[in-house]
Amino acid sequence: MPSMVIMNGHVFDPLNGIDGEVMDVFIKDGKVVKDLSSADLKRAEVIDARGKTVMPGGVDSHAHVAGAKVNAGRLMRPEDHIGSVRPRTDITHSGSGYTVPSVYKQGYDYSAMGYTTVFEAAMPPLEARHTHEEMRSTPMLDMGAYLVLGNNWFLMRYLHQGEIEKAAAYVAWMMKTHKAYGIKCVNPAGVENWGWGKNVHSLDEPNIHFEVTAREVIHGLAEVNEMLGMPISLHLHANNLGHPGNAEITKESLAVASDVSSSQKMGVEWTETKVDSHRAQSVYLAHAQFNAFGGTSWRDFKSGAEDLAKYVNKVDHVVIDNGAVPFGPATCMTGDGPSIHDLYVLAGIGGQKWSNTDVELECGSGVIPFTYLKGSPISAIQWAIGLEMLLLVDDPWKTIMTTDHPNGGVFTKYPQVIAWLMSRRARDATAAECHKWGYDRSSLGGVEREMSLFEIAILTRANAARTIGMAHRKGHLGAGADGDVAIYDIDPERFNPDDYEKIISAFGKAAYTIKDGQVVVRQGEVVAVPEVRRYYCEPKVDEGLAKDMMADVREWFKYYTIGFANYPVPDKYLRNPEPIVVNGAEGGC
Amino acid sequence: MALTRKVRLTPRSEIGIMIEAESITPDTFAGKSESELCEITVWQGPRKVPLAEFFDLEVWDEVGPEEGDGTVEILIDGDVSRVKRIGQRMTKGKIVIMGSAGMHLGSEMAGGEILVRGNAGPWAGMNMRGGRIDVGGDVGDHAGSAYRGSWRGMSGGNILVHGNARSQLGGGMSGGEIVVEGSVENFCGIRQNGGLILVGKDAVRGVGAEMIGGSIAVLGKIHQFTPGFVASGTERDPVLGERKVEGVFAKFAGDYAIAKNPKGTILVKEGMV
Repeated sequence: MPSMVIMNGHVFDPLNGIDGEVMDVFIKDGKVVKDLSSADLKRAEVIDARGKTVMPGGVDSHAHVAGAKVNAGRLMRPEDHIGSVRPRTDITHSGSGYTVPSVYKQGYDYSAMGYTTVFEAAMPPLEARHTHEEMRSTPMLDMGAYLVLGNNWFLMRYLHQGEIEKAAAYVAWMMKTHKAYGIKCVNPAGVENWGWGKNVHSLDEPNIHFEVTAREVIHGLAEVNEMLGMPISLHLHANNLGHPGNAEITKESLAVASDVSSSQKMGVEWTETKVDSHRAQSVYLAHAQFNAFGGTSWRDFKSGAEDLAKYVNKVDHVVIDNGAVPFGPATCMTGDGPSIHDLYVLAGIGGQKWSNTDVELECGSGVIPFTYLKGSPISAIQWAIGLEMLLLVDDPWKTIMTTDHPNGGVFTKYPQVIAWLMSRRARDATAAECHKWGYDRSSLGGVEREMSLFEIAILTRANAARTIGMAHRKGHLGAGADGDVAIYDIDPERFNPDDYEKIISAFGKAAYTIKDGQVVVRQGEVVAVPEVRRYYCEPKVDEGLAKDMMADVREWFKYYTIGFANYPVPDKYLRNPEPIVVNGAEGGC
Repeated sequence: MALTRKVRLTPRSEIGIMIEAESITPDTFAGKSESELCEITVWQGPRKVPLAEFFDLEVWDEVGPEEGDGTVEILIDGDVSRVKRIGQRMTKGKIVIMGSAGMHLGSEMAGGEILVRGNAGPWAGMNMRGGRIDVGGDVGDHAGSAYRGSWRGMSGGNILVHGNARSQLGGGMSGGEIVVEGSVENFCGIRQNGGLILVGKDAVRGVGAEMIGGSIAVLGKIHQFTPGFVASGTERDPVLGERKVEGVFAKFAGDYAIAKNPKGTILVKEGMV
């Protein structure tokens, strides 16, 4: 592969403390290097980035882009596809879909915005094959998937009995078995109850049969996660999602993990960065917007973001992603089956299509189409909360920008969300168009903060990569990092936050997206389809422990509808698999 | 006095694989010369093909009494039942089809007029917002209905069918008017929440299923009445849209199977339920 020089761009590389400095970025054999030999320089592809913004390739740490529930959304919504069609080109497939695009369209659309890495945030173990099949067909992006484990029968039994080491051995086996990357915990203890038409609404309510509480599950999984030394911390979808007043239980849930300290024990080479590229958090809160509701009912509904943000400011063990609501069509899909039913009831008109699934011994799932309207008081407040959660947390290294695609909105609205974060005028303009509750029942109207390009680079790549344990190669442009670069048509010297339409168009169509040192997008158009990787973890645990754990697994495996031999995901389901060895048995960082 | 551009399309021979011709609209044709019109393309499978491959074109201008220069009137002189999407998204002008039309005739249409001497295929007037479709014969399934999967269908305009319609007529309809002089099959007005459907003869079953607004009147017999509706009095010679219908009608409100306080109305000629 030829070398590359990206010349004279304004570089924003937060993990290396580079804030808009005009400099050159060199890439050789797909990796960023300090400089190039004169022989390499002669043959290098030169990209003139003068007057442009250069950032590491975008990293999305939380989106729903592959697997059974995404496909359920696609099947359920032919009307989502009719108006959103992408014709084929000589090098790309055709595709369709707006909130639930086909895998091809998804890959191209992300890449057009400068993203190079996307993680699927909820893979039910039994649907792992399906998830990998879809990831295998997704072009342009490096990917991985978090395994849904918060209502898993084996784990609930272990955690309730305090058998934390066996729980760790089970998680290790599950990661290897399903080629999964991290632990996702959705409505802990509650989804199991949903199988009986119930839920849990507090942290200390034991659930049916397993008698385990949400507190036990959250603490246990956080502990297991750090015992193993996983790249990403526990990814938590807290209880009572979508209920007025849930900010309180969200705070309590985060506090549960406060005595767990982070410990990544990965068998990878860490590239050198100025800022520590290891994660600091022991819990990563998913889609904070849906869990930062104030009030006590829909009548006195208001934002609870100020309170939650205050808590996040105070502690050092938490990172959040916001799950912004950029208005417009969405398809809500989650492992939290009861929350989808709540939304179905809330949407008012009976007969709306929706779906719910019970995933045997593991979890659940639900899907429902939903439209966030500017005129709706609830939607307007949700819009405000999504932005407050990023703007009210002082340290950008505690926040990541997402829309929880396609729950709060579609990922193609990221440029719009960036504009709101960078421009007070953009926020005021939207607030003027939406229901007055947007500003009246939140603190957003009083927020003066306008994020800088440096901060945006933290929220959309550097911190996303660090939080999920990919900063050893992603999210920065230090020597040894992957040659993933996004170049945007923004001149920081002439940048004017009031001109928010410019922000939207620049981040919507990257001037260049570079993947592993190859230009793959030019002016928002896909010009090359690169090879991509699939990451998963292979945690090592004590063999004797693993043997005991397997006996327990076999004892209960009879309750599955499938045979044991058919449970694992074979290697052939992954394209370019990149296992990360996680050394749970040895300890130490 | 104004100039009207007239375009006659005469099918050259039988069409094999159905063609997708959303480009056949007065909006696309407006302001184009004869040679430019010949170059307008349609899709046949994966092939983009110039219109002139399937049709002989004839173009002339006529002075008419109407207002507005540059109005386009398209006359299709033959059978185009293997041509889909004629008049899709049109906003003005007129299309007259001497034979039958294929699927998606005038779908998402916002204005203007389409007259068909023969039949129209399924999805005629899908998601229609305005304008008028007049079909001399029958229409297929989903006429005036929402796109598959959607619950937001026709919101304005008029569809008049002189023959029969099939199933899902006016599904998800929220405005406008559909009149079928003949009979309909199943689920006429399913998920309707506004507008009017008038059926001259019979309906099979599922009339107004899941409706929460709008009205449906059936002058003939409904073979299997939809549960979820309750009797709400009678009406003599009701005025439906702009027409008065003679007779005594039993009135039903619903669909209570789907909503607590639905505003849908079904009118059936007394003695016909």
